[in-house]
Amino acid sequence: MISGCDWVVMSPSGDIAAQQADLIIWATVLMLIIVVPVIALTLLFAWRYRASNKKATYQPDWDHSTHLELVIWAAPLAIIIALGAMTWVSTHQLDPYRPLDRVDEGKPVPAGVEPLVVEVVAMDWKWLFFYPEYDVAAVNELAAPLDRPIKFKITATTMMNSFFIPALAGQIYAMGGMETQLHAVINEEGVYDGFSANYSGAGFNGMRFKFHGKTDEGFAQWLDTVKSQGTELSRTAYKELEKPSQYDPVRYFNTVMPGLYDAILNRCVDPGTLCMKDMMGGHSGHQDHSQHEADHYAH
Amino acid sequence: MSDTFDLGKMIFGRLSLEAIPYHDPIIVATFAMVAIGGVALLVAITRAKLWGYLWTEWFTSIDHKRIGVMYMILGIVMMLRGFADAIMMRIQQAIAFGDSMGYLPPDHYDQIFTAHGVIMIFFVAMPFVVGIMNYIVPLQIGARDVAFPFLNNFSFWMTASGAILVMMSLFVGEFAKSGWLAYPPLTGILQSPGVGVDYYIWALQIAGVGTLLSGVNFVVTIVKMRAPGMSMMKMPVFTWTALCTNVLIVAAFPVLTAVLAMLSMDRYLDTNFFTNDLGGNAMMYVNLIWIWGHPEVYILILPLFGVFSEIVATYSGKRLFGYSSMVYATVVITILSYLVWLHHFFTMGSGATVNSFFGITTMIISIPTGAKVFNWLFTMYRGRIKFDVPMLWTVGFMVTFVIGGMTGVLLAVPSADFVLHNSLFLIAHFHNVIIGGVVFGVFAAIAYWYPKVTGYKLDPFWGKMTFWFWIIGFYLAFMPLYVLGLMGVTRRMSHFDDPSLQIWFQIALVGAVLIGIGIICFLLQFYFSYRKRDQLRDETGDPWDGRTLEWSTTSPPPQYNFAFTPRVHDNDAWWQMKANGVKRPQDGFLPIHMPKNTAAGVVIAGISTVLGFTLIWHMWLPAALSLVALILATIVHTFNYDRDYHIPADEVARIETQASEVKA
Repeated sequence: MISGCDWVVMSPSGDIAAQQADLIIWATVLMLIIVVPVIALTLLFAWRYRASNKKATYQPDWDHSTHLELVIWAAPLAIIIALGAMTWVSTHQLDPYRPLDRVDEGKPVPAGVEPLVVEVVAMDWKWLFFYPEYDVAAVNELAAPLDRPIKFKITATTMMNSFFIPALAGQIYAMGGMETQLHAVINEEGVYDGFSANYSGAGFNGMRFKFHGKTDEGFAQWLDTVKSQGTELSRTAYKELEKPSQYDPVRYFNTVMPGLYDAILNRCVDPGTLCMKDMMGGHSGHQDHSQHEADHYAH
Repeated sequence: MSDTFDLGKMIFGRLSLEAIPYHDPIIVATFAMVAIGGVALLVAITRAKLWGYLWTEWFTSIDHKRIGVMYMILGIVMMLRGFADAIMMRIQQAIAFGDSMGYLPPDHYDQIFTAHGVIMIFFVAMPFVVGIMNYIVPLQIGARDVAFPFLNNFSFWMTASGAILVMMSLFVGEFAKSGWLAYPPLTGILQSPGVGVDYYIWALQIAGVGTLLSGVNFVVTIVKMRAPGMSMMKMPVFTWTALCTNVLIVAAFPVLTAVLAMLSMDRYLDTNFFTNDLGGNAMMYVNLIWIWGHPEVYILILPLFGVFSEIVATYSGKRLFGYSSMVYATVVITILSYLVWLHHFFTMGSGATVNSFFGITTMIISIPTGAKVFNWLFTMYRGRIKFDVPMLWTVGFMVTFVIGGMTGVLLAVPSADFVLHNSLFLIAHFHNVIIGGVVFGVFAAIAYWYPKVTGYKLDPFWGKMTFWFWIIGFYLAFMPLYVLGLMGVTRRMSHFDDPSLQIWFQIALVGAVLIGIGIICFLLQFYFSYRKRDQLRDETGDPWDGRTLEWSTTSPPPQYNFAFTPRVHDNDAWWQMKANGVKRPQDGFLPIHMPKNTAAGVVIAGISTVLGFTLIWHMWLPAALSLVALILATIVHTFNYDRDYHIPADEVARIETQASEVKA
C-alpha cells in the first residue's frame, strides 16, 4: 500500500531500515487499538449528549465509577506493556552499535564475511568517507556492495551533524572528538539519498551525498574509478579540504595519509598537537604518541 | 594595556551602523511597517492622554488580574511575530525547489526558524500560560491576590524585557542561526562569532528570571492562600495543574539558567564547557538543555489540561468524571516528565539499554495522559453539552491531541526514532500537540474567561470562524509534514532538489494561510465583541453556569476579588453554593488590606534590558554602569516601606451594593 509511493522511510532498501519500518507499522497498529475508539467515542458522545437532544440520559452528579476507572487506567497500561516489550527487544536488536547477524530476512551473515568498514567524517559542509580496506577516500559519494555488512565509524570536524541514509538505516550523530557507530546492509541495487539530519549552520542545505548500492562487480568498478581518477589525500590536501565550503562536487582520493581518520577523530591533524586519546591517561595510545613525536621532530 | 585602551570601543563595543541590516529589503520593509504602526500607536495613546492611565493603572499595577491581562496581550503581540516567521518559512519551502532558491537566503532563513521556535515557546506559549494562571488561580482559590504581588509585576516585566531584546535583534544586528535550543558547538564563539547567539542567551536569561520568580510566587500562593475549607483534594483541577506546572518551573528553570550561563562563559570568558577541544563536550549541553526542555513542554500543556477539565465539566453541566484520578494523573505526569529527557537524542549514541529505559518511561506518560482523555470523555457521557466556543475547542483538542500523542509515543520507540528523528514527522508531531493542546487550550480559555475579565462575552460568530479556520488550517498545514517525514525529509532545510516533494509543501502553505485567516478572525472577534458589548453583556458574573469560585464574584471582579473570603465545602465550590441558594452578603463589610502599586518592576526590568543589550554588544562601560544601576534600584526598592493601604469598609460596601443591584 505504502510501498507504492516514494515514501523511502516506509519502503527502504536495506534490512535495518526495513525492520525499522516494520516497527513503525506495528507500533502504530497497536496504538490505533486505543486511539480509534477514543476519537470515535469523542465524536459520538459530542453528538449524542448535545444539549438539544432531550432524549439522552442526563446524570449531572455521576462522577465516579470504580469499574470504569479501572478500565481507563488498565487499557492504556496494557497497550504500553506490549509496546514497552516491543521497544526493549527492538532497541537491542537494532542497536546501531551491534554487529549484524543477518544481511536480510532469513539470510544470516555468511561465515568468514567481515564487514566493510567505512570511516565517516562530517565536515563543514561536506562528507568525507574513508575506506581503510582499500586505502581510498571520497567526498560526498558513498558506495557499498550488496548484502555485505557495513560498519560505519562516524565523527565530525566541528559541527554536530547526523549521518542519515533513510533507504539504508536510521541515523546517528556525528560529533567532533567522538566516534559513533552504525551497522547496516544494503540489499537492493540503486542510488539513494544521504544527508545530514542535524542542522549544522550555513551550508547545511548542501550537506547531501549519493549512496550507491552496487553489485560486487559494480563496487569493484567503482573502486577502480576512484583509484584511477583520484588524487592523494595528504595532510596538506586535507587541510585544504577542511576549509568550510558548500555544495562540494564529488571528489576521489586514491591514497590516504596513514592514520588520518584517527588524527581527525583525536583532533591532532596539525603536526605537534597532542591527540585527545593521549591526553586521557596516555597508556593505550602510546604508539600513536611516539608517532606524533616523530611527526613533530620531522617539522 | 593602556595604549590599546579605546574608549569608543568600551562604550559602543561591537555596535556600529553596520549592525543595521538596511541592505535587506525584507527587513527594511518590516521595520518600516513596525515603525509606522508603533509611531501611530504612540501618537494615538498620547492624543488620547492615556499615558498616565496606562502607567498608574496597568504598568505599575500589582493586581494579578491586570498583570494576567498584560501577559495575554504580550502573548498575542508576539504570536503575530511568530506567525509571520512561520508563514515566511512556509512560503520559502513551497517555492525553493531545483533552480529556484526561493526568496530567503539560508542566512536569513536560519534566523527565522530560530526566532519562530524561541518566540512561540518563550514569548507566546509561556506568557499565555502564565497569564491565564495569573488571572484565574487567585480567583479559583478565593484569594485577594498572589502571595508576592510586587514580584508578580516584576516577573511580567522581565518576560517583556526578554521579548523586547528578541524584537530588537530583528533591526539591530541579527538573531541566532542555531535552532531554538542553540546546540553548541554551532553556538560557540568560533562558529557563531556574531551577536545572534548573545541575543538568544540574554533574552532567555532575563525572561527566565521572570518565569522562575512567577513559579515561586504561584507555588506559595496555591499552597498558602487557599480559602478555608479548600483542602488539596478540593482544589479545582485547573489550580491543581497550575500547581504542578509551577513546581516544574521552579525545578526546571534553574537548569536552563545554568546551562545558558555555561554557554555564555564559553562565549565571553573562553571557558571550554561545550567546545570540541580541551575536554569540552557538547553532549553535556544537549543533556542539560533537555533536562529543562522536556519538563518545559509539560509546563506548557498541564495548565491547559486543567482548562479543558473546567470547560468540559461546565459545558456538559456535570461534575468532572474521576476528579481524584485526574489529580493523580497530573502528579504522575509531573514526576515522570523528569525521567524522559534523553528521548530527544536517542541518536547521540547511548547504548540500547539506556535508550530503552528512556523510551519506556516516555511511553508510561501516555498512561496518565490517556486516563485524562477518558475522564474528559466520561464527563461528556450523560451530560447536556452546550457547544459554545470553548467546548468546540475542547472537542477539537480531544480529537487532535490523541493523534499527536500517538505519533509522540511512536517517536519514543528508539528504533523508530532513528529514522524519524529531526524529520518533518517530528515537526508535525510537536506542532500537533502544541497547537492541538496548548494553542487550542489558550483559545478555549480566552473564550471561556473573557466575560469574567471584561463583563461581556466574545461574539460567538467570530469565535467559531476562528475555530474552523484554525482546525482545518492545522490539519492542512501539518498532515503533509507527517508524509514528508516518512519520505525522509529533514527539518531546517531552505531548499530542495526533489520536485515530487513540492506538492506537499504547497498544501502545507495553504494550511498556514488558513491559520492566518484564523488569527485575523481571532483579532476581529475582540473588535466586534467590543462594538456589540451591550448585547453581549453579562450582569450575573456567571454566564456559563460555572462551578468554581471565580464565577461567584462580579465580572470584572473588584480589585479585592472577594469582599468576604469564601468558605469551601466541595470541589465544585460555587456549584454547591448555588445549589444551597447562597446569597450575596449585604452588610458587615470590613476594610480590606491591599498592596500598593509600584514602579520598581518596570524600572528594574528596564535596566535589565539595557544590561542585556550592552552585554550582547560587548559595550563594557555601559554594561558596568547598568549593572550598578540594577543593584542600586533593587536596594532602593527594599527601602520602600509604603507598600500597602486599606480600602475603607464603606467603599467596599458601596462597590458590593452596586454589584448586587446590577445582579438583581
